Amino acid sequence: MVPLNHYLILSAIVFTIGVIGVLIRRNLIVILMSIELMLNAVNLTFIVFSRFLGSMEGQVIVFFVMAVAAAEAVVGLAIIIAIFRHRQTLDPSEMQFLKW
Amino acid sequence: MAPPLIPFFVLAFLLVITSLMVVFQRNVVHSALSLVAALFLIALFFIMLHAPMVGVLQILIYAGAIMVLFLFVIMLLNPAALEQRRGVWWWFGTVAALILGGLLVAVMTGTEPPPDPAAATALFGSPEMLAKSLFTDFVLPFEIASILLLVAIVGAVVLAKREP
Amino acid sequence: MIVDIGIIALKAFLVLFMVLNLAGILGWVERKGSALIQDRIGANRASIFGFAGMGLVNTLIADPLKFLTKEDFIPPAGDKFLHTLAPCMAFFPALVTFAVIPFGDVLVIGDRVINLQVANINVGILYIFAMASLGVYGIVIGAWASNNKFSLLGGVRGSAQMISYEVAMGLSVIGILMVYGTLELQEIARAQGELLWGWLPRWGVFLQPLAFLLFFVAAVAETKRIPFDLPEGESELVAGYHVEYSGGKFLMFFAGEFAEIVTAAGLITTLFFGGWQVPYLMRDGFHFPWGGVRLMHQWAVALLQVVAFTVKVVFFCWLQISLRWTVPRFRYDQVMRLGWKMMLPLALLNVAITAIVIIAVQ
Repeated sequence: MVPLNHYLILSAIVFTIGVIGVLIRRNLIVILMSIELMLNAVNLTFIVFSRFLGSMEGQVIVFFVMAVAAAEAVVGLAIIIAIFRHRQTLDPSEMQFLKW
Repeated sequence: MAPPLIPFFVLAFLLVITSLMVVFQRNVVHSALSLVAALFLIALFFIMLHAPMVGVLQILIYAGAIMVLFLFVIMLLNPAALEQRRGVWWWFGTVAALILGGLLVAVMTGTEPPPDPAAATALFGSPEMLAKSLFTDFVLPFEIASILLLVAIVGAVVLAKREP
Repeated sequence: MIVDIGIIALKAFLVLFMVLNLAGILGWVERKGSALIQDRIGANRASIFGFAGMGLVNTLIADPLKFLTKEDFIPPAGDKFLHTLAPCMAFFPALVTFAVIPFGDVLVIGDRVINLQVANINVGILYIFAMASLGVYGIVIGAWASNNKFSLLGGVRGSAQMISYEVAMGLSVIGILMVYGTLELQEIARAQGELLWGWLPRWGVFLQPLAFLLFFVAAVAETKRIPFDLPEGESELVAGYHVEYSGGKFLMFFAGEFAEIVTAAGLITTLFFGGWQVPYLMRDGFHFPWGGVRLMHQWAVALLQVVAFTVKVVFFCWLQISLRWTVPRFRYDQVMRLGWKMMLPLALLNVAITAIVIIAVQ
């Protein structure tokens, strides 16, 4: 039986890597992918607790998180496409000002 | 190292490596494929943790549909120029993220762990149990999630449409 | 414990053996069968000591040798690692899906009951769809790594087509799930042994004919065979997403396509045609509805069931191959319109009708 703390530390590591990705990368698509990575780390935590507490609620919540992540990825990518058409770049530091 | 720990450590090591590749690869397509590998490994974790239904759904939805969408957008947009060198703030960002990580680990492992779980029945994590929960306790979030997906589809089509 | 693992390994080996051999033989059926349909002779030049074996030597020995000894060319501006990875990712789902397809009921050796299925997981059908959705990656990556506009166009078309028809495939199977009440394929195969009105076996095709048609069309579209093969349209898109592939990698794409045909045929038999069921054959022998009972040894029953499964799979493979040489190819917008505007509403209608019938019957 793998101890609970092992899973929690792994999940925290993956979450931290996702946060690093959001903070230091300057490509919108990679930022969106890092957000997905963070969501997956949280999913892992939910499933781990669902197993260790013997309740199905963790898995149901993960189901909903997956649906919401799908919706968010779709809308995020649509926004990225719309932005790319106008600015021809995916660098967030070029988009800091509202109207230029 | 006890036998049940070996698969865990192998998978955990691979997961950390693929996550690092997602964040630190210069080529966006390689990043996306590393994320596919990371999602697949997380699905394997789910299956190890007696959640086969959610694990297979993770492969089906996340690795099979969402990441295909990412790859489509990357291929169609074809961002030609490599991104510029990271600004001076990247040290700051990394340190802040590492502090966050340290806090997370401290808080999550500092509390009392729950007692060892009873052996899971064959039904735990099966489609029947998930469906029972989903359609009795969580039916309202279920319906709202379906409306959310509809809204997302319509919104994405409107946002990405070309001006005629 | 070791014996258990050994048995599973043996089953996996048997299944892989069958699938890969069938994929190779299908290559020959394609060349010679298409020649028969088109009233020509087909490949007959390669021969060993004058024995040409109806094109068998040509297709099964000469062709693979030719593919394997060709130069392995990677486009210089393409992505080397991805170019090599893509055929593997295209071949992988076709083989892995067979892990949950049951090819027999049980085999009783001594006091050990062996379930004739490589892995009995409780989310069987969803696993198959998950692996099918991973099949898109081979196309997408292959198209991207070739650094070729034709290839990219074929790849985008191919992946869009695959994900559209995955939806129709999944929804058409929901009717089957509702009727048999389980996701496990072995249980579905077993449930098709019961008799409806005393004489008709409860095969999926009798209970869900619309779902069978939809699933068959969607499976053919998933494997990108004609009439849905615009992504690799030979006369329009050069060769679509595998234009820059030669040698062993092209052989993997090619063999992967035939393995997908076998997988689609395996799925169709298991879900709609009773899988390994022979009508009226129970575990101990034949029980005819008009009263005759013929007892057989359990091993003979198991053998008969495996043979029945193989015959059905071969029939559906042949059907898909002869379909290729019979109907013309769809245009791409017709493909998309068929998938989204016709098959999706029909599949939903099928689910609704099934629900009404199930409630009415109870």
